[in-house]
Amino acid sequence: MQLTDQHIPWYQSRFEAFEQGLNGTTSTSMHAIRRKAMQRFVDLGFPTAHQEEWRFTNIVPITQKEFQPIVRSEIKSATKIDIQPHLVEHAHHLVFLDGVYSPELSDISSFPAGTKVGSVAEQLKSHPELILPYINTMGEENAFTLLNTAFLWDGAFLSVPKGVLLESPIQLLFLATDRAQLFAAQPRNIVIAGKASQFKIIETYAGLAENTYLSNAVTEVVLGDHSIVEHDKMQKESMNAFHIGTTHVQMSAASQYTSNVISLGGFIVRNNITARFEAEGAECILNGLSLGRDTQLIDNHTVIDHAVPHCSSHELYKSILGGASKGVFNGKVFVRKDAQKTDAKQTNKTLLLSDDATMHTKPQLEIFADDVKCTHGATIGQLDEEQIFYLRSRGINLDAARDILTSAFANDVINRISIDPLRRMVEHMILDRLKKNHKTSA
Amino acid sequence: MKLLEINNLHASVNGNEILRGINLTVNAGEVHAIMGPNGSGKSTLAGVLAGRDAYTVTDGQVFYQGKNLLELNPEERAREGLFLAFQYPVEIPGVNNSYFLKEALNALRKHKGLDQLDAIDFLALIKQKVKIVEMDESFLNRPVNEGFSGGEKKRNEIFHMAVLEPLLSILDETDSGLDIDALRTVSDGVNKLRSEDNATIVVTHYQRLLNYIVPDFVHVMKDGRLVKSGGKELALELEDRGYDWVHEEAGQTV
Repeated sequence: MQLTDQHIPWYQSRFEAFEQGLNGTTSTSMHAIRRKAMQRFVDLGFPTAHQEEWRFTNIVPITQKEFQPIVRSEIKSATKIDIQPHLVEHAHHLVFLDGVYSPELSDISSFPAGTKVGSVAEQLKSHPELILPYINTMGEENAFTLLNTAFLWDGAFLSVPKGVLLESPIQLLFLATDRAQLFAAQPRNIVIAGKASQFKIIETYAGLAENTYLSNAVTEVVLGDHSIVEHDKMQKESMNAFHIGTTHVQMSAASQYTSNVISLGGFIVRNNITARFEAEGAECILNGLSLGRDTQLIDNHTVIDHAVPHCSSHELYKSILGGASKGVFNGKVFVRKDAQKTDAKQTNKTLLLSDDATMHTKPQLEIFADDVKCTHGATIGQLDEEQIFYLRSRGINLDAARDILTSAFANDVINRISIDPLRRMVEHMILDRLKKNHKTSA
Repeated sequence: MKLLEINNLHASVNGNEILRGINLTVNAGEVHAIMGPNGSGKSTLAGVLAGRDAYTVTDGQVFYQGKNLLELNPEERAREGLFLAFQYPVEIPGVNNSYFLKEALNALRKHKGLDQLDAIDFLALIKQKVKIVEMDESFLNRPVNEGFSGGEKKRNEIFHMAVLEPLLSILDETDSGLDIDALRTVSDGVNKLRSEDNATIVVTHYQRLLNYIVPDFVHVMKDGRLVKSGGKELALELEDRGYDWVHEEAGQTV
C-alpha cells in the first residue's frame, strides 16, 4: 500500500547509498536488523489519517518531503557557543549534531566505575553485544521507528551498574544544524538502569536555526529491579521542524520511572511513550506539558501496559493552545487479566487561549482484571474571567493577568521536574513564549 | 478633598436596569456605609466602581479624583488607588499569594514612578502588614485563597488592602460569613488603615459590621437608588425597624 505522496523509493535509494558506505560491514547482526526494518518500512509505508492511531495527526507535510537520513559521513560542526544556551547547569552532557555524537562538545568525565556513557556508534564497533539486545525489543511498530532502525547509526548509550547513584543529571542534547538540504536526524538512545541504581536524564531537542528537518528519535529505557529513573524531555525544535519522539520503557520489580515531557517547538510533534510493567511493585509516572501556537500540532500518545499485578501508573498531561494550534492526547492503559491491584490514574487538561485552537483527547482504558483502581478524566477550558478580573482589580494588567494564570496552569507539570536548573529553564522559556504571544496578538 | 463623585449613575446587566440614578459624594477621611436589602443593587454599585465588565453604564458620571473613572480599565483604577474587597474572593490555584501581591504592588509603584521592591524589601513589608489582620504567615505562601475558609479569605482581602494602601476602598459584604472574632479582627484591620487621606465605602446588609467600623454616613439603597442618608444612628434604626419603612420617605433626603 503505497501512496503517491509518500516517497518510499527515496528512502530505499538512501538506504542503498548507506549500505555502500558501510564498505563490507553489511554482514553484521546489526545490519541484518537494519535491512529487516527497511523491508518492513517499505511494506508498511507511512501511516495515514485512516489509521486510528493517526486520525487527528495529519503527517502528509512529512511524507511528501524527502529527508536525507544523516549518518556519520555527513557531520556538520557547531561550536561551544552554539550549545551553551541549551545546556542545563550542573549536568554532564552528551551532544549530538543531527543525531551524530560530537565528543568535542560533550563532557562525560568523572562517572563512577562501571558506568558506561557514550555513543551507540562506538559501542556498535567495540561491543555490539551490549546494544543489540535492546534494539526493537518492544513497542508498536510504525514507519518512524522502522525508519530509525533502518538507518540506525548513533545515539546515546548509558548503562548504570547495580547500586550506583549518579549525583548529577545527564543531559542528552540533540541539536539540529542549519543545512540547506532537508534532513532526518534519527538518534537511537539506549538507557539501562542496573538493579537499585538511581539517576536522572534530560533529553533536549533544539534547532540552531528555523529550518525544516525531521527529528525522529527512539529511546529505549530499561529499568532493573528497584531502580529509580527520572527522564525529562525538553523539546524546542525549529518551528518549521517535525519531531517524532518514541520512548519505550521496560520496568522490572519495584522500579520507579518518571517522565516529564515539555513540548514547545516543532510544526508537527508526536511523542509516543510506551511503558510496560514486567514485574510487581513498579510505579510509572508520565507527565507532559505542551504549548501550541500558530498552526502547530502537538500529539502525545501514551501506552501503559499493566501486564502484572500491584503496579501503579499516574499520568498528567496538560496542553496550552493558542493561535490555530491543535493538540492531541491519546492515553491507553491496558490492565491485563492477572494484573490485580493495579492503580492507574490518567488526567488530561487543556487550556485554550484562542477560539481557533482545538484539542482532541481520548482516554482509552482496557481493563481485564476485576480488582483494580483505574480513573481517568479530561477537561478543556479557557481562562477564568472572574480570576482575570480579580488580578486586574489589584492593578495587574490584562496580559500579565493572563500570563500569571497560564503559568499557574503549567506549573502543575513543571513543578514535577526535580532538577532545579532545568525547571527554571523551562519556566523561563514558557514565560518567554507567553510574552511572544502578546506581540503576535497585538 | 473630594475623592469620589457619582452623578445620576444608571447601570444594567443583560438589559435589566439595576442602578437607577445613584448620587453620592465621598471625601477623603470619610467612611460611608451603603446598606440595603438583597437585590437592591449594592454589589452592582461596587462592581461598576471597580470596573467589572458585566455591567453596562447607561447614564450618569463617576469622577474619581476629578478623573472620569468610567474610562479607566480595572487595573488603571487599582493603580489610581481604588480597591475592591470582594464579596466572594476568588480562588486562584497555582498562584502564590505573596508572589501575586508583589506583582500587584510593583505595578502600582511603577504607575507612581517609584522603584520596584525587591524580594527582600517586599518580604519585610508583608511580614509587617500581615500583623494588621493577624493572619498566619503560612497564608503568604499558599495559592491565592485556595482552600482558605470564608473568614481567611476576607482577612486576605484586608491584607491585600493593607499592602496596596488604596485611597478609596470598597468593602463589598466583607462581614458575610464571618464569625464574631473574625469580624472583629477584620474590622480592626480596616480601622488601622483609616486615615485623613483615604476613604472607605462599606457595603453591607447588616448593621453588625458598623459596630466595629463606625461610619460617618449611612445610605440606604433600594431598587437601585440611595433613598435615605443619615449619620451612624441611621444604621441602628434600620437594625430595629428593618428596611420596609424606608421607601415611604424615599426621595426626601438624597
